[in-house]
Amino acid sequence: MSPENAVVTEVEMITVVIDGFDVTVPKGTLVIRAAEKLGIQIPRFCDHPLLSPAGACRQCLVDIEINGRAFPKPQASCTIPVENGMIVKTQLTSEVADKAQKGIMELLLINHPLDCPVCDKGGECPLQNQAMSNGRTETRYEGVKRTFDKPSAISSQVLLDRERCVLCARCTRFSNEIAGDPFITLNERGALQQVGIYEKDPFLSYFSGNTVQICPVGALTGASYRFRSRPFDLVSTPSACEHCASGCSMRTDVRRGKTLRRLAGEDAEVNEEWNCDKGRWAFKYITNKERLAHPMVRGEDGELHEASWPEALARAAAGLKGKRAGVLVGGRGTVEDSYAYAKFARVALQTNDIDFRARLHSDEEASFLASTALNLTVSYRDLDRADHVVLVDFEPEDESPIVFLRLYKQVRKRGLRITTVTQVMSRGSEKLQASAVASLASVTELTDKSVILVGERASEVTGQFTSAVKLASSTGAKIAWIPRRAGEVGALVAGALGNLLPGGRPVSDAAARVDIQSAWGVNNLPTANGRATWQILEAASSGELDAVVIGGVDPLDISTEALGQLLNKSTFVLSLEISHSAITAIADVVLPVAAVSEKSGSLLNWEGRPRFFEKAITESLTRSDLRILSMLADEMGTPINLPSAKAAASELQAIGKWDGAVISMTESPLAPAQTVSGNQAILHSWRQLLDLGTLQGGEENLAGTARAAEVVISEARASALGVSSGDLLSISTARGSISAPARIGKISDSDIWVPRNSLGSQCIASLGAASGLVVTVVKA
Amino acid sequence: MANETPHELTPRDGEFGLAKAASESSPILDQSAGSFFKQLLGFWVTFVTQFKKVNTVQYPEVKEPTAERFHGRHQLNRHPDGLEKCIGCELCAWACPADAIFVEGGDNTPDAQYSPGERYGKVYQINYLRCVFCGLCIEACPTRALTMTNEYELADDTRGKLIFEKEDLLAPLRQGMLMPPHPMYPDSTDTTYYKGEVPGSHPSQEKNTHV
Repeated sequence: MSPENAVVTEVEMITVVIDGFDVTVPKGTLVIRAAEKLGIQIPRFCDHPLLSPAGACRQCLVDIEINGRAFPKPQASCTIPVENGMIVKTQLTSEVADKAQKGIMELLLINHPLDCPVCDKGGECPLQNQAMSNGRTETRYEGVKRTFDKPSAISSQVLLDRERCVLCARCTRFSNEIAGDPFITLNERGALQQVGIYEKDPFLSYFSGNTVQICPVGALTGASYRFRSRPFDLVSTPSACEHCASGCSMRTDVRRGKTLRRLAGEDAEVNEEWNCDKGRWAFKYITNKERLAHPMVRGEDGELHEASWPEALARAAAGLKGKRAGVLVGGRGTVEDSYAYAKFARVALQTNDIDFRARLHSDEEASFLASTALNLTVSYRDLDRADHVVLVDFEPEDESPIVFLRLYKQVRKRGLRITTVTQVMSRGSEKLQASAVASLASVTELTDKSVILVGERASEVTGQFTSAVKLASSTGAKIAWIPRRAGEVGALVAGALGNLLPGGRPVSDAAARVDIQSAWGVNNLPTANGRATWQILEAASSGELDAVVIGGVDPLDISTEALGQLLNKSTFVLSLEISHSAITAIADVVLPVAAVSEKSGSLLNWEGRPRFFEKAITESLTRSDLRILSMLADEMGTPINLPSAKAAASELQAIGKWDGAVISMTESPLAPAQTVSGNQAILHSWRQLLDLGTLQGGEENLAGTARAAEVVISEARASALGVSSGDLLSISTARGSISAPARIGKISDSDIWVPRNSLGSQCIASLGAASGLVVTVVKA
Repeated sequence: MANETPHELTPRDGEFGLAKAASESSPILDQSAGSFFKQLLGFWVTFVTQFKKVNTVQYPEVKEPTAERFHGRHQLNRHPDGLEKCIGCELCAWACPADAIFVEGGDNTPDAQYSPGERYGKVYQINYLRCVFCGLCIEACPTRALTMTNEYELADDTRGKLIFEKEDLLAPLRQGMLMPPHPMYPDSTDTTYYKGEVPGSHPSQEKNTHV
């Protein structure tokens, strides 16, 4: 262990006296925290354990005496660390401190509008609570209160009421220190001091919702939750976020069967107390008007008709029984649902043709997943301790925002070195002060404390997984796979992949199959490795497969042809979906399934940490994928015996992890770099955090803060094309084109970048591919 | 009721003296002289009562006014220009011990202003099957929007009809009031409304009425 990273075990402990009680705390602890340890609550607004001390609100004044010498005036306990010989008297024992706190509260309330009845914070407001516990009962102020226009929209989803603000600077400190988006600041001085935004830069942060949650008064409120309810109306359920593989702990607040808001939960190991705006606000997809309410069956007339469950299940069973079928799980299932798909494919359909990857993928990736990605040993803590983090085809800010927050924290705290393997520097990479390299071959200085984070887009570069694994084994660095979707790691562990059975058992290993056979009580399992998603689609098109079972899949995530391939007349398509989609439009039988808030279960985040959640909307009668597949298997006469998520979880637990030989990775050589000339360029793209994703539907306030589509080009290309930032560019292939304003950025001259699925820039739909393709760039 | 089972004495029967009454001989069969005077005395009560004031009211043809502060059906009041006083704060629902009130707030927009200020009660329901007429909601209301009328005839034939919606509870428009939504009185704030400084509707407020 190198000395600079050695864990300090010997921490100097200091004993102080607070209100007559001794308390021993580590050196550097703030007085307010030492008091908390004794259960003494000192009122506070600006103090937040994850933000640096500010001493802005002055509410936490206490009397302090060190070695017999008293401070002449009460001191802010949130800024003063404990010292030996310190005697602290809080409002409980010192009349001076109590009077000082009451005085500060009176001053804070002078300009506060006291419009609690119309304020969203009313009922859960620290100002309300502490004015009751530590304030005067009557106001003495008779003057005119300062007023501002209200509310002013900081962004389409965050509203600011400056009258209510107590200038604690929590929001501005969060933006600076945690998110790294200094878009919000304190303007003016004195009585006119107020929170504001830079005139030229809108408050475009992916983490802005956290400012609403940590605001100790009702100054920052969310537009979507505005005036919708009161805390006492809400039934809160701890839940997990279904939007990405970061694995945030969440709280879902439901009123009368409807989710009204979601808040970041506390989990020091994972998301600390933060989450991203997508996790916080993208939940309206559950209640949109496209939501499926009843099973549907395609009738003689070729149209879908509502049907009863028995009828739909009978039709589905008839279409699948004894047929050659493939299963596309989609990357959003819970572990239990994915396990049900995996078991259903093997037991009821007698096939290994199952794949959870509803996106661009490769055989090299499948081999990487089976050999390396299952070894889930890297955690957030490793990122905290790393000396060098390499991002391979992975944009943490867009693809796993909490990983970004962790990295940013370490970059800010101790200058963590970050190298990103990419062709284009994103705003996120710039915030992380990452150095960009074009290929893994140029990454140097890795030790056994380094971490290589491989994103799902590595599958789009042939040989990328191979070289990442080689780099890790040659340097001793740890390697982790961070997919974008929340269900992918769980699906991998549950065996929803062609070459893997549950628990990471290779299909090709006879002993592994025997394990599963005895666990499931079946006589035989299919022995051949199954097809990948693209092969399943091709087989459906050519007639090699008679039927396809599809979970939550958007065909345009895979390829332009995917939907057409399923349109083969003789192919039976069974769709398990939340809402109407491109797949349900062509499906023969559609079965409506429950969304995450309507079922219980668990998700595995990228660390492999289970995130359990309970059913938040208890009134919901929708069934989970697992329940439906179990009913369907019963109908087919090949039961999978999974009546509930609990049953599936305990079965998967009993099966356990594979301890036998892991299949070795099939190596692929790194693809040679393409050469382009003239107005040709190599296309690069990734999905931005806020885009046209299916689960973000129905929330306009959130969509309003999505970053606009843009084409990133190098300076050389800009001058060659004669364009400057903001000019419209057109990118085209034989299939179609995208037009978007140019931005001159740090990108190699032969490449261009556009967002993959944003408004005005949908790569697969418009261009037929998302990366690596040679496109033509001209001035539009 | 054709109850064929023999009457069994329960311990409570004795409490009310019923068991004793049944066991003694009936007083009507008592032919003694003292008994005659007792009977006259009994009829005297009947006779005198004929000349007393009658308490019975021929309801529903005749209705007696209730006490002035009788707790009857609720009413959602209006400001003098017709804007609703309710701001959808839910304090009434919070105070309600019977959980009879459901409120959901809404955002006043320049095109649709229902109450002064930012917020109005978009959904307002009182369930009179639950309400115990305690009046705690009235005490909780910060804008004096919710008061109680003296109306007590709250019976109906379905449960659904006894959940009163906002339009059932809103006070009728009086002289000078305009039906919301309409803009606030010129040069006024919500404070001027609360202070009662808005006299009535202003001609300029007629735009955007009845959106």
